[in-house]
Amino acid sequence: MYVERKQLVAPGEILAEGKYVSGENTHREDEKIFSSRVGVVEVEGDRLGVVPVKGCYVPHVDDVVVGRIVDIGMSGWTVNIDAPYPALLPASETPLLGHRPSRQRVDISGMFEVGDLVVSKVLAFDRTRDPLLTAKGPGLGKVTAGRIIKVSSTKIPRLIGSKGSMISLIKKETDAHIMVGQNGTVLVSGKSPESENAAIQAIRMIEREAHTRGLTDRIQAMLRTKVKGEGVES
Amino acid sequence: MKVEEKPVELIDQNGLRIDGRRLDELRPIKMEVGVLDKANGSACIEQGKNKILAAVYGPREAHPKHIALPHRAVLRCRYHMAPFSTSERKSPAPSRREQELSKVIRESLEPAVLSEYYPRTTIDLFIEVLQSDGGSRCAGITAASLALADAGIPMRGLVAACAVGKIAGRVALDLFDTEDKQGEADLPVAIMPRSNVVTLIQMDGILTPEEFQTAFDMAVRTCHTIHEQQKAVLKQRYLSIKEEVEEKNDVEKKEK
Amino acid sequence: MSSTPQLPPLARLGQKTITDALALGRRLDDRGIHDFREIQLEIGLIEKACGSALIRLGKTKVLVGVKVEEGKPFPDTPNEGVLTVNAELVPLASPSFEPGPPNENAIELARVVDRGIRESKAIDLKSLCIEPGKKVLIVFVDVYVLDHDGNLIDASSIASLAALLDAKINEFAIENGEVIYKPELKPFPMQSQPVAMTLAKIDKTLIVDPSLDEEQVMSARLTVTSDSEGRICAMQKGGSGVFTVEEIKQGVALALSKAPEIRAKVVKAVRK
Repeated sequence: MYVERKQLVAPGEILAEGKYVSGENTHREDEKIFSSRVGVVEVEGDRLGVVPVKGCYVPHVDDVVVGRIVDIGMSGWTVNIDAPYPALLPASETPLLGHRPSRQRVDISGMFEVGDLVVSKVLAFDRTRDPLLTAKGPGLGKVTAGRIIKVSSTKIPRLIGSKGSMISLIKKETDAHIMVGQNGTVLVSGKSPESENAAIQAIRMIEREAHTRGLTDRIQAMLRTKVKGEGVES
Repeated sequence: MKVEEKPVELIDQNGLRIDGRRLDELRPIKMEVGVLDKANGSACIEQGKNKILAAVYGPREAHPKHIALPHRAVLRCRYHMAPFSTSERKSPAPSRREQELSKVIRESLEPAVLSEYYPRTTIDLFIEVLQSDGGSRCAGITAASLALADAGIPMRGLVAACAVGKIAGRVALDLFDTEDKQGEADLPVAIMPRSNVVTLIQMDGILTPEEFQTAFDMAVRTCHTIHEQQKAVLKQRYLSIKEEVEEKNDVEKKEK
Repeated sequence: MSSTPQLPPLARLGQKTITDALALGRRLDDRGIHDFREIQLEIGLIEKACGSALIRLGKTKVLVGVKVEEGKPFPDTPNEGVLTVNAELVPLASPSFEPGPPNENAIELARVVDRGIRESKAIDLKSLCIEPGKKVLIVFVDVYVLDHDGNLIDASSIASLAALLDAKINEFAIENGEVIYKPELKPFPMQSQPVAMTLAKIDKTLIVDPSLDEEQVMSARLTVTSDSEGRICAMQKGGSGVFTVEEIKQGVALALSKAPEIRAKVVKAVRK
């Protein structure tokens, strides 16, 4: 192995040679494993991967995403989920209409309109077809309030944290409600503009510093000063 | 505006060129990534007086749909020069030269992009020459490579490019505009240094087989040097942030 | 043929966030409704051009290059040089810009900038005449939008002014019917300093310097270009919405009051 954990690498840099396994964002040629993107090396046993610093969102089944309705069709809606592919939300995958027998024709135009924001889950996606979404389920459906923050989807894992530790920290310190879409769209609604701004600042800081260590402590320190500070001023 | 230009000695008695460089010397290169806000990836390169901007949008939905390929992304490339980029104003409409360069530049980067990752999409690459002074296609390829990496597009490796020419009978590295106009040959080369493969090579002028050998070797060596700078620039932004915050952390820990 | 554009890519909720904040007199980036974003000007960066300027207006970036070359005058103005303004919305500046010849937005942008320069008589076109009826100097102002985050008109107008103030041309003289260019450079003959100010109307509020998101919520925009003496030399209403008579008067007054501070910024940047 030619690199160490957490080392920053560029595309084409050699990571290892020999009996290693090529993981995420790496590729293999002959006996060598190379990085495919700019990112940070992660090692799990003999499996080497790269956590990219930037990249587009690629849907995975069961991802919860926040998307924007861009078109209404005969049987459903086209949703922009900031992926390279348009997503389809069929009418049968919405709470109200999903209970009807499929033969019955229903006017779906009133449910979601173009420009609406919808939280949905990825039902299906593969290389040959566009992602299929569902809005049936707890927490899914139209979004009516909150501030929209767009973050690179590669930073979402760090924003959530291991077992949700980072996002819970932000929610606790700011008392804001935060909905994180795997596709990089985050919705923040706080009881006050200060609480919202504090949460947004934390999100931006994580986006910038995701590849560094000690981030959780710094976020906690920043939020405590900011929230306390605001409280004192008001 | 024209003030009469007299033909100048391309190489003086000390073996130095008009701009003071030796025959095997590269012009100073400055590279920067992430210079644009809207593009998914971007880079700016200054090489001598060349000022070139490269930007990437994608992978994104193919428009029109019929150009999409089922198993991989379509790479589209547009090389374009600003009207004020050359000594005489150039019409903004794409010339035949710009169309040819758009093609060879795309073909120089195709082998580097792991396009199988994103079937049925397009990756759009735009190169804008803001000021041109010889060797702009090579500087454009170097910048385009950075823009693709900056956008997070998976790549086999980066592509670096440079041109070697012949002036006053001598093989010389990285000709600028005047040298190119009065010179006897121009050989632009692009390689993917990680596997030492050539992705672009063109030549116009006259070179003997020996001159070609010398020129080609010089180009390949120089591309490797440029490649080192590319890797450093891509990592620099993140390394600076890392240093900045981790240092602060360590200092604060010590103070406690 | 001009057609109604596609819907803007900003979600309804995003639009609501902007309008709700404005109802409280606030903008999302904490600016006042009459405040410009931070302006940075880089002058003379394109040596091959006679004059050039790069403006950073918030995240919007526009590069303008001025080139002066010999050419024929128009038949109806044989004693005057020629001014021509062209704008390119190059595809790298925005996901919504496509390669191709200038579309209606690029053409409108170029013509509004042109009107400001031409009607204010900023350039003394008569001094650009070399041989009446035969040879004059043609001034090319090329506006190159590099990054679109709103208010391209003002950004282009400010950068064009800076590029023209930066421009230098060779002295010339006619000797024995021949044009001789001297090596000495003189500043390009500018008689006025036109500056465009665009106001966007969102609900009933007029805001200065709309960002891209704000442009997607606005119902209409009003651009007012003024010269160094505070006279109006060009106006343009854009968008499919309407302005009341009062709003037009309010807008004009606002634009005229803000122009001097922007003009001063340009002059200061060029002097450095």
